[in-house]
Amino acid sequence: MTEKYVVAIDQGTTSTRCIVFDRRGQLVSMAQQEHRQYFPRPGWAEHDAMEIWRNVERLAPRALRQAGVTLDQVAAVGIANQRETTVIWDKHTGVPAGRAITWQDTRTSSLVHALSENSADVSEISGLPLMTYFSGPRLRWMLDQTPGLHQRAARGELLCGTMETWLIWNLTGGRRHVTDVTNASRTMLLDIHSLDWSSKAIDFFGIPHAMLPEVRPSIGDFGTASHAFPGVRIGAALGDQQAALFGQTCFTAGEAKCTYGTGSFLLLNTGPELVASNNGLLSTVAYQIAGSPAAYALEGSIAITGSLVQWFRDQLELISSAPEIETLARTVTDNGGCYIVPAFSGLYAPHWRSEARGVIVGLTSYITKGHLARAVLEATAWQTREVVDAMNANSGLGLSTLKVDGGMTADNLLMQMIADVLDVPLVRPLAVETVSLGAAYAAGLAVGYWPDLDGLRRNWHIAGQWMPAMDPGIRAAEYANWRRAVERTFDWIQPA
Amino acid sequence: MPGTVQSIERAAAILRMLAGGPGRLGLSEIARALDLAKGTTHGILRTLQGVGFVEQDRTSGQYQLGAALLHLGTSYLDINELRSRSINWADPLAANSGEAVRIGTVLEGEVLVVHHVFRPDDTFQTLDVGTLLPLHATALGKVLLAYRAGGATVRSELTAYTRKTLIGRRELTAGLEQVREQGFAADIEELTLGQAAVAAPIRSYGGLVIGAIGVSGPVERLCDSHYRPRPHLITCVRDAARAISRDLGATR
Repeated sequence: MTEKYVVAIDQGTTSTRCIVFDRRGQLVSMAQQEHRQYFPRPGWAEHDAMEIWRNVERLAPRALRQAGVTLDQVAAVGIANQRETTVIWDKHTGVPAGRAITWQDTRTSSLVHALSENSADVSEISGLPLMTYFSGPRLRWMLDQTPGLHQRAARGELLCGTMETWLIWNLTGGRRHVTDVTNASRTMLLDIHSLDWSSKAIDFFGIPHAMLPEVRPSIGDFGTASHAFPGVRIGAALGDQQAALFGQTCFTAGEAKCTYGTGSFLLLNTGPELVASNNGLLSTVAYQIAGSPAAYALEGSIAITGSLVQWFRDQLELISSAPEIETLARTVTDNGGCYIVPAFSGLYAPHWRSEARGVIVGLTSYITKGHLARAVLEATAWQTREVVDAMNANSGLGLSTLKVDGGMTADNLLMQMIADVLDVPLVRPLAVETVSLGAAYAAGLAVGYWPDLDGLRRNWHIAGQWMPAMDPGIRAAEYANWRRAVERTFDWIQPA
Repeated sequence: MPGTVQSIERAAAILRMLAGGPGRLGLSEIARALDLAKGTTHGILRTLQGVGFVEQDRTSGQYQLGAALLHLGTSYLDINELRSRSINWADPLAANSGEAVRIGTVLEGEVLVVHHVFRPDDTFQTLDVGTLLPLHATALGKVLLAYRAGGATVRSELTAYTRKTLIGRRELTAGLEQVREQGFAADIEELTLGQAAVAAPIRSYGGLVIGAIGVSGPVERLCDSHYRPRPHLITCVRDAARAISRDLGATR
């Protein structure tokens, strides 16, 4: 019998990847392609959905070729995607009605401001505060922007979706227009209790029902691909952060992980009960296996972490590659009194201040680029601390270790800083690419490639661990400084 | 201050000439332009060719700048970048071998551990990134020495860590020759009694070795009944090294 494999498509903010995994959840091959970022105005961030689909078509054969695997050896394909990024396309031609508007985009701030007075009900239904971050306001903005678009959508000529919906529609040759509950739970249009579209929320945002995809469990049946992976079953789709939670095998209530990528996202599995947030965290769906009740999660979302390093590299040009931030930061022993709060698109959890903008404070003539590099890394550490504090207060659980993953876990200095400021050990599993792994696990589970959750859990091993080693007095003083720096970002953008 | 070395000045002049010219240049052309004897010029060109700074066209016999010269300024790879680029392949190596994985580069005559993946058995282990190991007594170090990564050279005084440590210059040279022939290095109880390791070279552009990746653990797990590293482990290590090298732009 020939060995079988599972393929994950990780459609991320900066790139798309196809990764082939074996039965032990180990990476066999990886093909990756970056896509263009469009920033047409300050606060705007767009992607070309067609470019992303073409990348998937190109990456699929490349990943299989590198692994030496044929299509009939692929048991299933699973999708993990950047969440809240939204696109509208023509049902008949498949051509997008404009660029996809990404999760980092803040163009809907005045729309959100205008809608905010009557949003209490919708927040209660969706489990989310009304923010530019989510897809609902974005869809409304798109429909308002182009004359005639709303009418065409109402006539059923247009379809909309987040990136997994767009990819599945293309993978199945336009036969399936579906979303999964985790992605749907980030639109503000889903009733987070019943897990179906809420008429009240849809009417609130003025979205024609006809353009919305069907909501399905994350792990189950999304059809069979006719393109990119012809003949292969699409077993799962999950938002990238939920996929990482799944890839870290956080299957029971109380288990948490933090993924360090463009942004960073701490998710705590709260089990089949929805825990309402009162500390600036989000209530969201963790995953749903077809035929079973959904598992929920509390989420602490940090908008800017890895992208601050990218900014340091691309906009300030102080380093030539992202990992060099560690080399530069190690040229000094502390931050020299300098703090960077990267409120580039406002602050997310636990503050949720869309009018905040970034600051660099504590500048003196003593400060070198080494101090700035340290402040860049520390910003990720302190933002994690704020979210963990909120999570502990909200859940009543004290986090005793933090499972971490994502590209930034290659940065040893950063990992040590996070362990230091949280005062708990950090553990990295034997798979940094947990987003892709989670999508692969979910898809493999859907088709019986893996028998059950316990089987997946046995694949999880510790690959690295960082122990806290910071003086408590210094920790307290630095945290106080950080909080003062954060306050200085507030109220920067004045309502027009 | 000692005087300048004439032949190096002449070599530099030849390189400048090849860099400034329109394409390939012939031996007599170079000799004439620099007012040197043909024999002297030929000797310098052959030496430059030996280190890869100059290449000779087979049909015309003319000379041009070599590929090694072009990579001279770009061969350095930041250690944190090396870790970042290899992390995805070090994890499967630990999973496939069941052993701890380390990646090393050369720092001031020693092996600097730049990445460490725990042995995947969930026992308590400590990250030893930043630790320094001896070049001549470890599999990682012998790979780095064999391919002269980062200018690694054999020290004059070699410490014996165990009775198995290679401290004789001749036996170490022979050992390094064997590493180059096999494409991997092993250390069996050469640093610590009861411990063994296998390592292979990580290559960058042009095949230049910039680091080494390897597994280590107890002799009874890493070696077969003949006290030799298990073939399966060697395959795993070499596959991981090749995958990283491919990502770093090495062509083979």
